[in-house]
Amino acid sequence: MLACIGVKSIDDLFADIPEVARLTAPMDLPRRKSELEVERHLSRLAAKNVPASDVPFFVGGGAYKHHVPATVDHLIQRSEFLTSYTPYQPEITQGTLQALFEFQTQIADLTAMDVANASMYDGSTAAAEAVLMAHRVTRRNKAVISGGVHPHYRAVIRTTSELADDTFDILPADPMGTKDILSRINKETSCVVVQSPSFFGQLIDLQLIADKAHECGALLIAVFTEVVSLGLIEPPGTQGADIVVGEGQSIGNPLTFGGPYVGLFATRQKYVRQMPGRLCGETVDADGKRGFVVTLSTREQHIRREKATSNICTNAGLCQLAFTIHMTLLGKTGFEKLALANHAAAVKLAEMLEGIDGVELLNDAFFNEFTLRLKGKDSEAVVNTLAEKGIMAGVPVKRIDPISEGVGDLLVVAATEINTDEDRAAFAAALKEVLAWA
Amino acid sequence: MTTYYSKDHEWVAVEGDTATIGITDYAQSQLGDVVFLELPDVGKTLAKGDEAAVVESVKAASEVYAAISGDVSEANDALADEPAKVNEDPEGAAWFIKMTIANKSELDELMDEVAYKAFLETL
Amino acid sequence: MGMNSQGRLSTPAETAAVAEHKTFTGNKALQIEEPLIFEIGRNEVTGVDIDVPLDFKPRLGSHRRKQPIDPPGLSEPEAMRHYVRLSQKNCAIDMGLYPLGSCTMKHNPRLNEKMARLPGFADVHPLQPLFTVSGAVELIAELGKWLLVTTGMASVAMSPKAGAHGELCGMMSIKVALTARGETRTKVLVPESAHGTNPATAALLGYKVVTIPAREDGTVDPASVRELLDDQVAAIMLTNPNTCGLFERDIKEIADAVHEAGAYFYCDGANFNAIVGKVKPGELGVDAMHINLHKTFSTPHGGGGPGAGPVVLSEKLAPFAPVPYVRFEGDTAEFVETRAKAKEHGDTPFGRMTAFHGQMGMFIRALSFMLSHGCDGLKQASEDAVLNANYIRASLQDLMSLPFGKRPNMHEVLFDDSFLKDTGVTTLDFAKAMIDEGYHPMTMYFPLVIHGALLIEPTESESLASLDLFVATLRDLVMSAKRGETERFTGAPYHSPRRRLDETAAARKPILKWVRPEPATAEATE
Repeated sequence: MLACIGVKSIDDLFADIPEVARLTAPMDLPRRKSELEVERHLSRLAAKNVPASDVPFFVGGGAYKHHVPATVDHLIQRSEFLTSYTPYQPEITQGTLQALFEFQTQIADLTAMDVANASMYDGSTAAAEAVLMAHRVTRRNKAVISGGVHPHYRAVIRTTSELADDTFDILPADPMGTKDILSRINKETSCVVVQSPSFFGQLIDLQLIADKAHECGALLIAVFTEVVSLGLIEPPGTQGADIVVGEGQSIGNPLTFGGPYVGLFATRQKYVRQMPGRLCGETVDADGKRGFVVTLSTREQHIRREKATSNICTNAGLCQLAFTIHMTLLGKTGFEKLALANHAAAVKLAEMLEGIDGVELLNDAFFNEFTLRLKGKDSEAVVNTLAEKGIMAGVPVKRIDPISEGVGDLLVVAATEINTDEDRAAFAAALKEVLAWA
Repeated sequence: MTTYYSKDHEWVAVEGDTATIGITDYAQSQLGDVVFLELPDVGKTLAKGDEAAVVESVKAASEVYAAISGDVSEANDALADEPAKVNEDPEGAAWFIKMTIANKSELDELMDEVAYKAFLETL
Repeated sequence: MGMNSQGRLSTPAETAAVAEHKTFTGNKALQIEEPLIFEIGRNEVTGVDIDVPLDFKPRLGSHRRKQPIDPPGLSEPEAMRHYVRLSQKNCAIDMGLYPLGSCTMKHNPRLNEKMARLPGFADVHPLQPLFTVSGAVELIAELGKWLLVTTGMASVAMSPKAGAHGELCGMMSIKVALTARGETRTKVLVPESAHGTNPATAALLGYKVVTIPAREDGTVDPASVRELLDDQVAAIMLTNPNTCGLFERDIKEIADAVHEAGAYFYCDGANFNAIVGKVKPGELGVDAMHINLHKTFSTPHGGGGPGAGPVVLSEKLAPFAPVPYVRFEGDTAEFVETRAKAKEHGDTPFGRMTAFHGQMGMFIRALSFMLSHGCDGLKQASEDAVLNANYIRASLQDLMSLPFGKRPNMHEVLFDDSFLKDTGVTTLDFAKAMIDEGYHPMTMYFPLVIHGALLIEPTESESLASLDLFVATLRDLVMSAKRGETERFTGAPYHSPRRRLDETAAARKPILKWVRPEPATAEATE
């Protein structure tokens, strides 16, 4: 090969690298390992972690442990899906494209919105993108963020807004999620960001907020982190939302310590050209057969460059495919049942926990997650003690929101279809015991 | 009515104080099939060189810059539903906007048809 | 008007349909036509068993859904067939050479998939108490160390979700570092040949993008950079090796000039796969660089994602890395999750890029790839990738046209379309004809600096036999175009699951979801 190229050594091909910078010695890293050795090394690291399936598990707060049918993981590992690129050559990527079209239809239906895109990185970045989109639509640049929005989502929106030179009004943590929000909306507001079910699990009436926003010429951005809730609760699309963003991990995707997940993004038809991210559309081929293509690409960075609606280049690809396959397996019937099973699990758990001395349930309406006040106790310490006893109790609010006042004793607890009666009984007994001595 | 042309492949047809503006046949042939147009609001004041409109084909988006200064008096909103017209009749029915000319001397910097044709030969 | 040079025809050419034996089903043997789930599924069918307890009293308040959802379900065997049939309409690396330049379609070892599915990784929650996930934190720290050693940089932000997100992270840290110096700068320099994400990122942060023209040999001239530098330039965003497949040989001089002007050097690390083990970007004056784990370290592309884009930072930018990050105190690693915690250590992170900790699933796969290759294997992978790309260049340069002369390239080789002049065949036609030969086309019409770009990246995964067959195929196609056999091109592809698709119709009247057809009215059926 070198002779064909006309060089003496491979190093000749790297001659453009400045000589002073060229590496002559090997990098200070281990040499190659066999498959067996790599497997041992990584298995050792994995063994230090406690998998959710091994213990009574009630941690939510934006990522949820659900049962995913084995079919899903088998299908997404098919070579043709796993090792294909972005569908830029539609003639030979109809598989990816048709699945995207199915996904977009499913999301539009679940959220009751007109159009959905091909997915974003995750719920939090989708939320930040939604705020930027609202600024473009309204030609204003101030966002109002409710205190019920996930603290990480609030942080991501804040970071993006700060560095994009936009303004924002982020309300402090608020378990009911609606405090002060109406009075903050005015003629300068570009959008109001509200989460329901909120980070604290509370179900919120979005219509009231949407009406006030629209009166002021602002958009309502509705956020959710638990997509399963849409099987049972009123969707944002029928409550006046202009943009809906959420996390889709619950359907089809494992927890994997926080990623990769799948960001969902839907909006009204009239805003479609301001939407970020990839879109798949239907068309016909030269023989008149139906087919699918990536469309409205002129919004995107690879064509529009500095004038693009976003710098996003990828979507959540396989995670989005996993969502679609799981959703297809569930269908209307399965998805509604799943939602109901989740709500039932949460109600049963709430009933057991709210009776414990020193525990107050803050929510009056919730789906599969709710917030407990462990009156005066440090909830992070309680969670750690429970974890030592082999119970994963939930998310101590202070851990991810160290700034807000009065959240030190708050604990966000999630229940899903995976929890058994035994899990719930173990949790209640252990919590009672820990609170008694703490 | 006199028609002027810009190096950015726009035509400007002047009648009294009003200019009708669109893109040339050469421009549409370079863009390919036009799929979308974004036109300015009526009443908008444009300075020469401002972004006046955006015209999109499948793989390209191009800004149309104001060839002269003035106020937008009319926008051809019918084009939004039929972007294909830009390919079919770019220098006729598919005009983009009408403007009230602010400064007639700016027209002197544009080309006439002969000069524009010669300019195209150089591309 | 400002013309975008990507303008090209996208409607299918009107050619006679290929004569074929029609089948009753419309299927062609193993190629099976597959409707949408909405056309074959039913609302009452589900492929998942779920028991719903009835002994509970709902606590939904007034929020219960009034209008039911509508997605149909498929039984398990139906769903299996549906998605297997769809998969068979896709091209994939596992099926053959996938020479998509700038995208790095290399083999994805399945060990990495197996490791990512260990319950100790796949089944842990990002907000479990940290002492129950110490192995996960350790893995992030270990991968971080590999990235720092291979790049020669000071610190790494692991959380960005993809390359473009990494760019945003790197540019944010630059903006914040400038603010910390009490400066507000307004411009970012970006070469003409850059990926579209670079200008889009700079614009998102409010910067004016100033384009650096390419020099005749396809690289950036330090003189043109110097000409554009002033006290308003915040950074330069440079891809190296660049998108023409060339190493920016004056990179140090450019970096020095940028630093002298008080600006920062953002390196787009998309093409890092060409130089691992050969040079450390830290030695070249880079201040921030994202690494596409899905390219260099072979996490699967998955039909468009998910990616992962950790960002390595220089000493100067390190204090501004976003949360969460891993902090090393000797050998112990601490996981810093909040700005408040970071302040206790005297760090000043600019904020947070995403919920949780980044693309853990991709971290596991990338580390598995790195451990398998080791320092020696990673270097060899770069060398083989560069060798393969040069072999393709050398084997085709007599027939296809090289815009920058017959000189060595890095991991990808760029041709322009002048070899197709007067053949009546466009770059797009040529690419579509490759589909009929069983190849995914190369990257076309990118970079924008040359006319009708054809960018070929074979990667290190290809054997000599595979390269030879690819070269022979392209030679045959070129000769055929030159002989005037235009029909082979203008109507192509003829044999793929779909022929050329009408993208114009798709964009003019977008249909972005399936809509239930109106039930036929009595009048219409009469």
